Amino acid sequence: MRRAIMICLSIVPFLGMLGCLPFVNTVEPFVLGMPFIMFWVCLWVVLTSVSLVIVYKLDPDNKGGDAE
Amino acid sequence: MNAAIILIFAFILLAIYLGIQAKRGKKMNLEQWAVGGRSFGTIFVFLLSAGEAYTTFTFLGASSWAYGKGGPALYILGYLSLMYVFFYWLYPAVWNYGKKHNLVSQAGFFESKYKSPYLGLLAAIIGILSMIPYIVLQLKGLGIIVQVASYGTISPTLAVWIGVIALTIYVMISGVHGSAWTAVVKDIMIIGIAVIIGIYLPLHYYGGIEPMFKQVMEAKPGFLALPDKGLSLSWFISTVIMTVLGAAMWPHGFAAQYTAKSKKAIRRNSIITPIYTLMILFIFFVGTAAVLKIPGLENQDLALLKLSQQSFDPWFLGLIGGAGILTALVPGSLLLIYTSTSFSKNVYKVLVPKTTDQQIGRLSKIMIPVIALVSVFFTLSGGQGIVTLLLMAYSFITQLLPPVIFSFTKKRIVTKQGAGAGMIVGVLIVAYTTITGATMGTLMPGMPQVIQDLNVGIVALIINLIVMFAVSTFTKKNVRVASDMEEGSQIS
Repeated sequence: MRRAIMICLSIVPFLGMLGCLPFVNTVEPFVLGMPFIMFWVCLWVVLTSVSLVIVYKLDPDNKGGDAE
Repeated sequence: MNAAIILIFAFILLAIYLGIQAKRGKKMNLEQWAVGGRSFGTIFVFLLSAGEAYTTFTFLGASSWAYGKGGPALYILGYLSLMYVFFYWLYPAVWNYGKKHNLVSQAGFFESKYKSPYLGLLAAIIGILSMIPYIVLQLKGLGIIVQVASYGTISPTLAVWIGVIALTIYVMISGVHGSAWTAVVKDIMIIGIAVIIGIYLPLHYYGGIEPMFKQVMEAKPGFLALPDKGLSLSWFISTVIMTVLGAAMWPHGFAAQYTAKSKKAIRRNSIITPIYTLMILFIFFVGTAAVLKIPGLENQDLALLKLSQQSFDPWFLGLIGGAGILTALVPGSLLLIYTSTSFSKNVYKVLVPKTTDQQIGRLSKIMIPVIALVSVFFTLSGGQGIVTLLLMAYSFITQLLPPVIFSFTKKRIVTKQGAGAGMIVGVLIVAYTTITGATMGTLMPGMPQVIQDLNVGIVALIINLIVMFAVSTFTKKNVRVASDMEEGSQIS
């Protein structure tokens, strides 16, 4: 179960950035000064890191101080 | 002598100094030299990995694409961040296996997993054929940067020689420790410069980032989004996915994972780096600023440098040039290290099995100047062909993916014959499509535009998979399936 969530969270950035592209391929509206498509890609760059943090926290392999 | 030239030379000397001092207190056997004794924590792994992603290609290429192609440039940001999701899952397993079997090269992974020195040899040859064009590209970039930043007083040829000598010295002495230390300066420099010029130039010329995009949008409608044909949605999506898959297979990136001291260091690196890629955004801003200010550049790779040249004092251009040089030296040094390690360990050793480990260590260092010279030769003689070579190299390296992935299955379903046959067929298809300039459009002219714009590398990868499974099915009887149970390492 935990593993299934981890895998889903890893696929989400691909769906978010690439899967939604047909709907966000537009210049307006501008967000944070950027064309919308650029903003969308940037948003998902950040969310990629966010989802990996959650995956990292969920992974029991990262608990405890092994060798680090 | 102007301020720019003095600063450029100061950076080269700094790189050499940092590279050499990195050796202090370490006994340089092959494991120290090539993979840093597997002792690097999150920060060094991050710097090496970022050093490999932010090359001259991203520095010059990202601005060039933003300048010349507009919206499609975003694919660079897309693949540079998404590839770390893939790295997060793949590389800890690679590290684990590498540590258990004392591996120092990517080809060693093939040799060990499939218990076949010849499969290692094949992987080494594909790796070397792909890495040399990549080194050449770094050197070409270095030549361009120094030439423009020195206002033409240092020729690209001289710049390439100076860069290569600096590289060779510190790589031979300190190996990957040198790369890591140079990477520290490089990353500080590049972040600082990207942010400064990425904000200053739009502000100075257009009154801000949003006004800049609005003016570009009015002057060139549709330029900032993806077009319907060519560099379209399906091109974007397929190219990002292919690049994500291929990027994990670069031998220097793969083997650089062995430098980590734990799986956690690799995972943490995969978490931080996507955010770090946002730095490319500032490079896009510079490229976009150049669209209306220096239109009609013949060599679009010069967009960032030319606009900076006309906007800043020489000393600041020198800083940009210095940072640019470091973006070439860091990945260049990793490429050199792993090209020579692959050669000595997985080519020479297989052909001359009696070679001792000590001799391999020595040979790896002796090969550095040799590979450097070969690269200089191609840099100075090759024309436009290098871009073609690099595209081919990227698709070449992607062909290594299926055997790596299927080496982690619980029950081994791919044999060494299957892996080898798949890779050879894949590489031949790539070579054919590159040389003939085939695209999905020319291969399947009747298909809808969505299919025509797909990345042609997908064809080679799919046929590679089919051949791999087919040959594996026929050769399986000879393999003891249980032979790999003892490894017990799967992608985790």
